[in-house]
Amino acid sequence: MDFALSKKHEMARTLFKEFAETEVKPLAQEVDETEEFPAGTVEKMAKAGFMGIPVPKEYGGQGCDPLTYTMCVEELSKVCGTTGVIVSAHTSLCIDPIMTYGTEEQKKKYVVPLAKGEKLGAFALTEPGAGTDAQGAQTKAVLDGDEWVLNGSKCFITNGKVGDVYIVIAITSVTEDKRGRKKKNFSAFIVEKGTPGFSFGTKEKKMGIRGSATYELIFEDCRIPKENLLGPEGKGFPIAMHTLDGGRIGIAAQALGIAEGALDRAIEYTKERKQFGRSIAQQQNTQFKLADMAAKIEAAQLLVYKAAMAKATKKVYSVEAAKAKLFAAETAMAVTTEVVQLFGGYGYIREYDVERMMRDAKITEIYEGTSEVQRMVISGALLK
Amino acid sequence: MKIVVCIKQVPDTKGGVKFNPDGTLDRAAMLAIMNPDDKAGLEAALRIKEQTGAEVTVVTMGLPKAEEALREALAMGADKAVLVTDRVLGGADTWATSITVAGAIRNMEYDLIISGRQAIDGDTAQVGPQIAEHLGIPVISYAEDIKVEGDSVIVKRQYEDRYHEVKAKMPCLITALSELNVPRYMTPGGIFDAYDEKEVIVWGRKDLKDVDDSDLGLAGSPTKIAKASDKVRKGAGEKVTLDASESVTYIMDKLKEKHVI
Repeated sequence: MDFALSKKHEMARTLFKEFAETEVKPLAQEVDETEEFPAGTVEKMAKAGFMGIPVPKEYGGQGCDPLTYTMCVEELSKVCGTTGVIVSAHTSLCIDPIMTYGTEEQKKKYVVPLAKGEKLGAFALTEPGAGTDAQGAQTKAVLDGDEWVLNGSKCFITNGKVGDVYIVIAITSVTEDKRGRKKKNFSAFIVEKGTPGFSFGTKEKKMGIRGSATYELIFEDCRIPKENLLGPEGKGFPIAMHTLDGGRIGIAAQALGIAEGALDRAIEYTKERKQFGRSIAQQQNTQFKLADMAAKIEAAQLLVYKAAMAKATKKVYSVEAAKAKLFAAETAMAVTTEVVQLFGGYGYIREYDVERMMRDAKITEIYEGTSEVQRMVISGALLK
Repeated sequence: MKIVVCIKQVPDTKGGVKFNPDGTLDRAAMLAIMNPDDKAGLEAALRIKEQTGAEVTVVTMGLPKAEEALREALAMGADKAVLVTDRVLGGADTWATSITVAGAIRNMEYDLIISGRQAIDGDTAQVGPQIAEHLGIPVISYAEDIKVEGDSVIVKRQYEDRYHEVKAKMPCLITALSELNVPRYMTPGGIFDAYDEKEVIVWGRKDLKDVDDSDLGLAGSPTKIAKASDKVRKGAGEKVTLDASESVTYIMDKLKEKHVI
């Protein structure tokens, strides 16, 4: 068993780190403050090939593995949680299901421009009344001739409005089981921005990842071509769940990056900050906290990388992804909270990055399955 | 069209310079990077490749570790990479280095050779022009802009107070300034290709053409370094506010006091 990264992965990390430090870090505070989507950064990432890392070259991607993609989200998130989630939602939630379930035509039409970063992707499952209980969704799609007609709304959609291609989950039929209980059958669809009847509601004002565009999607008699059904009709729910398994690895990487970024700041700051005549890094309280954080972060990293490796080699990786996301998200929240404490009053001031990092960390415990959902997935497998 | 780009792996001096007890650079203690002027030269070559479909080969002389810089060049888009490494080449100064690199390039096809102006570890700016001299081709140094036109290159050459626009027929050698361009990032796919698809060809002494052993390595290096040191930080100095004539007297007194005059 070898925990060392290969030379190519090491070099990829060097690239992501250099890009993050040069192109992303200088804008992170501004992006948070203004809540503006960093379109310029996305354009640069597209040019650098970051928008289709695990996608085969024949579909416009880089032909790398999930681990490389994970490391990209990690390094971006070290300096800016917003930038990390833009790449994660685009790659894991939009490109990945089309690559996994799409027809050859769908892959050529949608994955190629998405992987090249010419277009941005998003994924829409959550609705006002359907969060953790995704089965509670109400959005419907009815086949009318050669078109599906969508009606309903989705909320909290990452890359909303800025995105060009949306994976939308909607009910396509309701059937009754033997006992007469009604069961909703979902299907997945590819919907393009600009389709008549597809509009955007209000932009959400969030606690963290404030540069990420989070919107409500509204479908009013939105007609999409029949061939935009993704995967078999009625299989939308398992498609969504499998997509989220992959998405969780991306979010776990984002959480890991945020925690690592906060620890980096803490190491710098505690060496400089003097109280009682010496640096606070010379106080045992600080030293022990730094040690605890470093140990947790490395444990999180191993879980995240293990999940990424599992995605490369296994068909089902739900439990690995759930463990990685659960632990990395809770580590991010714990570490950023502790780092703000080490910074004292300065940690509470918006001028310092760690305040933003603590706000950014919180969402990783909530989206793409709350920590409670991850515990359900893990325990479900244990008690099967 | 075929372009050869000469690169060097150098210690990153951004974080300060570290020395061994004997005064030589402690390369192991410093991060190794591709020399910035060389990277600009590579970027210029890659842009010519995009326009003309030229083939770009990178070459370096160095320790086996220098392979990393070549892989980086491959990941940026270079087609081929040659590492010239051999114990007998160790300790080379600019003279021995340029003879070695020229000896390697004699075994390659080329229309254009691009090297960086100078490396951030030695700062001599000698190797590029010397390679051209050994190969008997023209050299245009300090390029800030390069255009290919038919069988010629047109180069904007930087001077302290002006530019020269110089046209030369290929084959020729150009030394590039880091101001020439902003080098592209590697791509993730380029990195995978650099390790999985492309190879770094390793050459030794026997692969050098038309060179004498007496011109190689430490033995072939006429340069002897008496002492090397990092920049010594100067003290804060002394600030005085005086009028012009008082200043003259003050400075004269100080110079006399220090026995300068």
